[in-house]
Formats: sequence, C-alpha cells, structure tokens
Amino acid sequence: MTTAVMNRMTETKPALEVQQVRKVYGEGEATVHALAGVSLTVDRGDYVAIMGSSGSGKSTLMNILGCLDIPSTGRYLLDGVDVSRLSDKQLALVRNRLIGFIFQSFNLIPRTTALANVELPLAYAGVKPAERRKRALASLDMVGLADRAGHEPNQLSGGQQQRVAVARALVTEPALLLADEPTGNLDSRSTEDVLKIFDDLNAQNRTIVLITHEAEVGARAKRLIRLFDGQVRSDERNKR
Amino acid sequence: MSFWEILKFAVKGVSANKLRSALTMLGILIGVAAVILLVAVGNGSAQAITSQISALGTNTITVMSTNRGGTTNTSLTTEIADALKDPTLAPDVKSVSPVVSASGTLTYDGTDHEISQFIGTGTSYLGAQSYRMDRGVAFTDADVAQGRRVTVIGQTVAEELFEGVDPVGKQVTVGGALFTVVGVLAEKSSSGVQDSNDLAIAPLTAVQQTLAGYGSLSSIVVEATAADRVTAAQNEIATILDQRLKVEDGGTAPYRIQNASQLLETQTETADTFTVLLGAVAGISLLVGGIGITNIMLVTVTERTREIGIRKALGAPRRVILTQFLAEATILSLTGGGLGVLIAVLGARFEIVGVQPVIVPSSVVLALGVSVAIGLFFGGYPASRAASLRPIDALRYE
Repeated sequence: MTTAVMNRMTETKPALEVQQVRKVYGEGEATVHALAGVSLTVDRGDYVAIMGSSGSGKSTLMNILGCLDIPSTGRYLLDGVDVSRLSDKQLALVRNRLIGFIFQSFNLIPRTTALANVELPLAYAGVKPAERRKRALASLDMVGLADRAGHEPNQLSGGQQQRVAVARALVTEPALLLADEPTGNLDSRSTEDVLKIFDDLNAQNRTIVLITHEAEVGARAKRLIRLFDGQVRSDERNKR
Repeated sequence: MSFWEILKFAVKGVSANKLRSALTMLGILIGVAAVILLVAVGNGSAQAITSQISALGTNTITVMSTNRGGTTNTSLTTEIADALKDPTLAPDVKSVSPVVSASGTLTYDGTDHEISQFIGTGTSYLGAQSYRMDRGVAFTDADVAQGRRVTVIGQTVAEELFEGVDPVGKQVTVGGALFTVVGVLAEKSSSGVQDSNDLAIAPLTAVQQTLAGYGSLSSIVVEATAADRVTAAQNEIATILDQRLKVEDGGTAPYRIQNASQLLETQTETADTFTVLLGAVAGISLLVGGIGITNIMLVTVTERTREIGIRKALGAPRRVILTQFLAEATILSLTGGGLGVLIAVLGARFEIVGVQPVIVPSSVVLALGVSVAIGLFFGGYPASRAASLRPIDALRYE
C-alpha cells in the first residue's frame, strides 16, 4: 500500500505533459493548423527525438515546449505547472531556470564573446559576476571550448558556435534541454561532437527533447516520435 | 539583476557597435550644437548693436538743419545754440554743443592723413558723445573762449600720423593752420560704416577761424539730463526752435531732431527680427536633428529585435531588457548632446561672420532637453514594443 503511494508520488510528475495542443495561424481562408491536437508525455531522464517532414509542426511544438510561443488551445504542463497561467515575469523565470534551449541557427548574441554569451542566462538569474564566470568557464570546458572563451561568434566555426550555444543552454543546469535541429547546420564531425555531449548529459539523467530530420540522429535517442500534419503519427522506443 | 549590472550591459551594447553609436551621437551632437550656436550668434549680434548704440550716448539729441535755401534764413547759428541753454524754457537740457564739421588733410612731419571729420565744438561735446581720453587732456572752456588752436585726435588718426611717437604736444597742420595735439581719445566702437575713431575735435572758435568760417553750424548736439528725459528735452528744444526760426503752426520745420534712443529702438527691432529668424532656423535644425535621432534609434532597436528575442528566450525579464535599451539610449543621447554643448561653447569663443556669439542658457537647456527626450522616447518605445513580443515573434523578426 505505502509503496504504491510512494510510486505514484514520484511518477505523477512527468518532466512535461502536452494535452490536446492545437496551434492555428492566420484567419479565415488562410487558416493553417500547425498543430492539430498533439498529446504526449515525457518522463524525467528521457531522451526524445521528434522527426517529421517540413510543415509537420515539429518546430511549432518545440517553441511551445520551450515557452517561446503559446498554444491556441490545449494545456501544457511543465514540471506539473500549467504554463498558460503564468505571468510574463514567471515565464521569464521558467525559461531561465527550467529550460535550456538550443536553436538550429545558434542564436548567439553578435559581437559578444563566447564567455559573455554563456554568462548571459546566469546574469539574468542574478548570479554574481565572479561565480558567473566560474560556472560559464566550466560549462565551456564541458563542450571542449574553454580555450575559445574570448572569441566572438564570427571568429568561431559553425560547430564551435553550436557548442557555445549548448554550453549556454547548460550553464543554468536546467532539468529540461530542448534542441531545435541542433545539428541541422553542422558537418558530420561537429554533429558527432554535439550528439556526444547530449549522450553524456542524458547519462547524467537530464531530460532531452530534440528535433531532427536526420535518421541517425533520431536513432541515438531513447524514444522516437514522428509528427505528420500536426499530429503524432508514431511514438516508439528505440532498441539499444 | 542590479541596475549597475544592467548599466554595464548597456555600455557593452553601445561599444559593441562603435560606428553606429558614433554616428548616432554625431547626429545628436550636430543638432544640439547647431541650435545653441545659431541662437548665440543672433543674441551676440543683438548685444553688439545695443552696446554700440549706448556708446553713442543714449541721452543725446542731435539737431540738424534741413534748410533748402528758402526766403528766410533758417540755418542754425551759435545764437540759436545759446538760446537752447535756457533753464526755464528747457529744464531738461543738460548741455548744448554747437558743432561745425569740416574735412581736411592733417600733416605731421611729412605724413599726410585725410581725416573724415574735423569737428569744431564746445567742451560739453565730448561728454555728450561719450568720448573718453586715452592720453593727454581735453581742451578747456578757456581754449574755446580764446580760440586756441588745440585739438584732440581719435585713435585712427593717432595710428596713421604718429606711428611710434607720442602725439601729445606735437603740432599738426590742417588747412594751412597749425594745431597742437593735447590729447588722444580712447578707442570707441564704430556704429555702421563710419569709423568713429577717424576724427579730430578742436574748439569751435578755432575751427571757425581756420577751416569752416563763421557761417551756419552743421548741427547742435544737446544732452538731456537723463535717458528718460530725452523726449521732454526734445519737445522743449522744438518749442524754442519753432519760436526762433518762426515756424508757423502746421508748417514744415526747417530742422530735424534725432535722438539716439530712437535709433536704439529701430536697431533693437532689427536685432530682434534677426534673432527670431535665427531662432526659426535653429528650430528647424532641431526638428531635422530630432527626426535624425528618431530614425537612427528606431533602426537601431528594430535591427536588434532578434537580439531581444534571444535575450527573452534565455529568460531575460521585460524590465531588464527595457532598462538596458533605455540606458543605451540615454548614454547615446547624453554623450552626443553633451559633446554638442561642449562644441557649441568652444565654437562660441570664436567670431562667426563678424559676430561674437553670446550663448543663451535657455537654448542649451532646450536643445539638450529636446534631443535627449527624443532619443529616450524613440530608443525606449520600440524597445518596449519588442520586449513585449513573444520570444518566438521577436526571434522571427526580419
């Protein structure tokens, strides 16, 4: 009896839960249903790859998961909290503390050093400069770029820029790591570097959700979800 | 995140794009400096005119003959001048100086100088026209009474004739007569085209004897007791003159009375018009400068909408983003505006088109205030709009 309750206690809070989420763009004739009722649950420590053709709604889903966008209808629970009820200020806090987001186009702040870029989320979290620098350097070291700390984005290769972006996403130690085609703009060696980092992070029990259209990237994940026309078409666990 | 840290972010943001920041500041700088300098030039010329006119002596009234050779003799004479010195009929008249004016060539030791005015008058003339002595002394009433051939000369004459020599005590020849220089007048600012320092002044009697003859006077300079008694004195003079010259009621007077305060009024009006005109030009340049600031601020912030999106995605609260961009706009506007004030102050030390600019403090406040306000509003407003966007919309912004 007690063990059952204990089990429920730990199990009832998945990392994220999406219930019947729809996203509609435009009005009237030009209406586009980017998401047509998606439901899925991701447990803690899971490693999920979302695949789908262009226009299947995978990026829209990712933006909603990352609290960058809001669904037209449906509920999104992050760590058991309904995100749609949060204020602008609380959303900023969620993006800062709970989520690490990695973009396909890196989205580093231009003309700003790698170190300053990685320090940024910590600055917004109110961490003191000395502590910030220490943690940012540690994070850069983890992606193997400690020696590039003083370089600006335009002095780094695409792979290096993406690793800086990964370091930036990791620096606040978020429970959830979201990556929107993180290897989409990278060559095979850089892709391998980034995926290796993801494997290591997942081994440390971080929850990872990524979007990809490359089959080999999808195969590295523990679970593979395929989207088609804004709906989940298949959801299966990869055999290891 | 403390305000101090946000300020450091803003400084980094400004220095990250040096060219753009420099151009923004340059735009504000030119706008502010142009407004301050233009108003200063207008103000400076107005002040110059006022000081020139007060140097003429605001208490003086000049009576000139307009005699066109009619049947009756209506020219001004020394008798008429003496008649004006009447404490009962003209209580507001302080002094009367009959003036004869001649021209001639002054010679000293083989050097010639064509003088524009050789004036014969009484001792009160110097005071009435606010002449002061630089060296030597003025001639006295005794000199006038005895017709002694002494003279005081202006600075221009002293420089032309007596280069490197003290003129006091020297003798100059004019029209075949010898005059002894007893003094040199202090430099006086010139009004208009005539050089007020190119003259010699001698006792009336001496000039009549040697150069002008005993005919009519060129003019009579009357000094009123005070600046606000000028009009009263003028009326008293007119009454006496009308009586003396037998002017019928309604007839045209054969003389003209001019006073310096009339001149002052006209000139001040001119100067005011000038200031208003320059002010309008300054206002337009402030407007154009303001539009320039608006433009560059809008472009700068719009261009950085994507950056705002990234910052929001990393968890920056709206307040922090807004503070950063407002701080950046403040830094740019204040630095640009401050440099503009500095340049205007430096520029005002030099003469501009012959005018010494005098800075009007309110123009500094206005120019700086308007530029900074425009900079803050158009830096802050688009930033606030961008910060309110959903992160994804800001990120997608092209």
